[in-house]
Amino acid sequence: MADRTLQTTAPGGKPAGRRPFDLKRQTGFSEIAWFCLFVLYAPIAVLIVFSFNDNRSVTLWTEFSLRWYRSALNNQGIQNAAMISLQVGAVATLVSTFFATLAALATTRNERFRGEGLVYAVINQPLMIPEIVTAVATLALFALIKQLTGVGGIGYLMLAHTVFCIPFAYMPIRARLEDMNLTLEQAAADLYATPLQVFRRITLPLMMPGIVAGAMLAFVVSFDDVIITLMVAGPGETTLPIYIFGQMRRGITPETNAVSTLIVLLSVVLVALLFFFGKRRR
Amino acid sequence: MAAETASVPATSAPAETERLRLAKAAIRRGKLRTRWLLLSPALLTIVLVGLLPLSIILVYSFLEPGTYGGVRWVFSTDAYVQFLFERDLFEDTLTFNPAYLEIFWRSVELALLSTVGSLLIGFPTAYFIATRPPSRRNLWLFLITLPFWTNLLIRTFAMMLILRDEGVINIILMKLGLIDQPLVLIYTDGAVFLGLVYSYLPFMVLPIYAALEKLDFRLVEAAYDLYATRGKVLRHVILPVAKPGLVAGCILVFVPGLGAYITPELLGGGKSLMIGNMIAIQFGNSRNWPFGSAASLILMAIVLVALLVYVRYAGRRRGHG
Repeated sequence: MADRTLQTTAPGGKPAGRRPFDLKRQTGFSEIAWFCLFVLYAPIAVLIVFSFNDNRSVTLWTEFSLRWYRSALNNQGIQNAAMISLQVGAVATLVSTFFATLAALATTRNERFRGEGLVYAVINQPLMIPEIVTAVATLALFALIKQLTGVGGIGYLMLAHTVFCIPFAYMPIRARLEDMNLTLEQAAADLYATPLQVFRRITLPLMMPGIVAGAMLAFVVSFDDVIITLMVAGPGETTLPIYIFGQMRRGITPETNAVSTLIVLLSVVLVALLFFFGKRRR
Repeated sequence: MAAETASVPATSAPAETERLRLAKAAIRRGKLRTRWLLLSPALLTIVLVGLLPLSIILVYSFLEPGTYGGVRWVFSTDAYVQFLFERDLFEDTLTFNPAYLEIFWRSVELALLSTVGSLLIGFPTAYFIATRPPSRRNLWLFLITLPFWTNLLIRTFAMMLILRDEGVINIILMKLGLIDQPLVLIYTDGAVFLGLVYSYLPFMVLPIYAALEKLDFRLVEAAYDLYATRGKVLRHVILPVAKPGLVAGCILVFVPGLGAYITPELLGGGKSLMIGNMIAIQFGNSRNWPFGSAASLILMAIVLVALLVYVRYAGRRRGHG
């Protein structure tokens, strides 16, 4: 592989035939970095390639075909599961982003207050506890509530998703707010704008990229969740990941590859948008 | 009120400032109230649905299992006893049974091994990225972050396609004539190890990169000027700077690895259980909620120890660079 390390020493100063001494180089590190990329992407590449395979076997290539995409898109079970995923994802995203926005407004651009450390710990709590523990604990709580009130429904699943989406929505909004300075808002206030006007006309539009980023991350996280959904979801509340998880355990067909490819594509598009959108704003 | 009782009547200035101070305090209190009000929806949701259930788990771990799942409200420490001992139903005696202990030990072992594996790949990668020119750096970071945002289930499934008996590795090796029979790769501890490294590698690279980004290369240059070798520069200049990132990365790989559910479920088969699967089973088919609760708490205790290690070694600010 070509040597891609950065040459920090000025060219021409060294005798020919000897590479200039590179301060930053460490032996073997560049190879490992490329290997790391290979490890991260090769399995996904295999998955995608074989989703276009005509053969029933998942890893024996015969010829190019879109039949598994057709079969996946016509599969009633997949359609229903996708609808459930979208519903749960939409509600969890809206609610968690709203809550996270309020929380971010309260925790940034102000003097510190007592209990702030605790507030961060609570908000990030879903990230620190192993997901399986959260899953069974939530199951226990919901089972108890259902037993006491007799109320069932998909609302429980939406609530569970909302909780673990909050920290993911919170992070980019908070980051955005911390980057904003107060001058525009102060100028507006000097020009007799009411606090509400300042918020609506200045603060909200400025923090919008953060809110959009937070909402996207929350949606991706909700859409991808397996463990908590597996424990909390009742009958008829099968989300897309749970459906394909079932397929994977029963015996896989290229249809699983096709659905998986579509889900990967959705996440990649959302995250890539966010990444390049965020870059241009800076 | 205190402003009126100001002891010096000669000038009104101290009274004014006192009044101003009170007014400011009132405004601050009002602002503080608003801030707590803004925080309350998020905090209430997380406390009620995220933290309250943990105390339920704590209570459940001291109860008896119900016949069809759930619990019976009778105090019992059986859930904890069951970890180490098996109760003989006829004679009511306890015999030592290390089966569950073995599952815990295997989980800790696999999580530690995968942490080391990720470290060996993650550190050089993070260093390599940190030494790219800024424009290339962003692309690399994007490429490392992207897998983190793609579905873990699907990535594990992709790993299945690689490791299966009729998976990519076996097919290639057989085509090359290196083997006649497919190697048994999947449904082993090794497969779980590979799956865990693959799953959590980005968690290792990113914090180490964040630490190394601050590395001042003039220090490296100074070290070389003083006749340090590359190895010595790595050990005495680069590693100390990277340390907080290294610790954070190790925690971020170890903790989810320890509680992993999907990876052992799909790549480990029935024989390579980890704690996560064992907990899930207790809340599913075999239906012993108290035992599952106790196992969850023990898992949380191990995680807590790991987090304390983190606070001890990475959370503290260092006096010098």
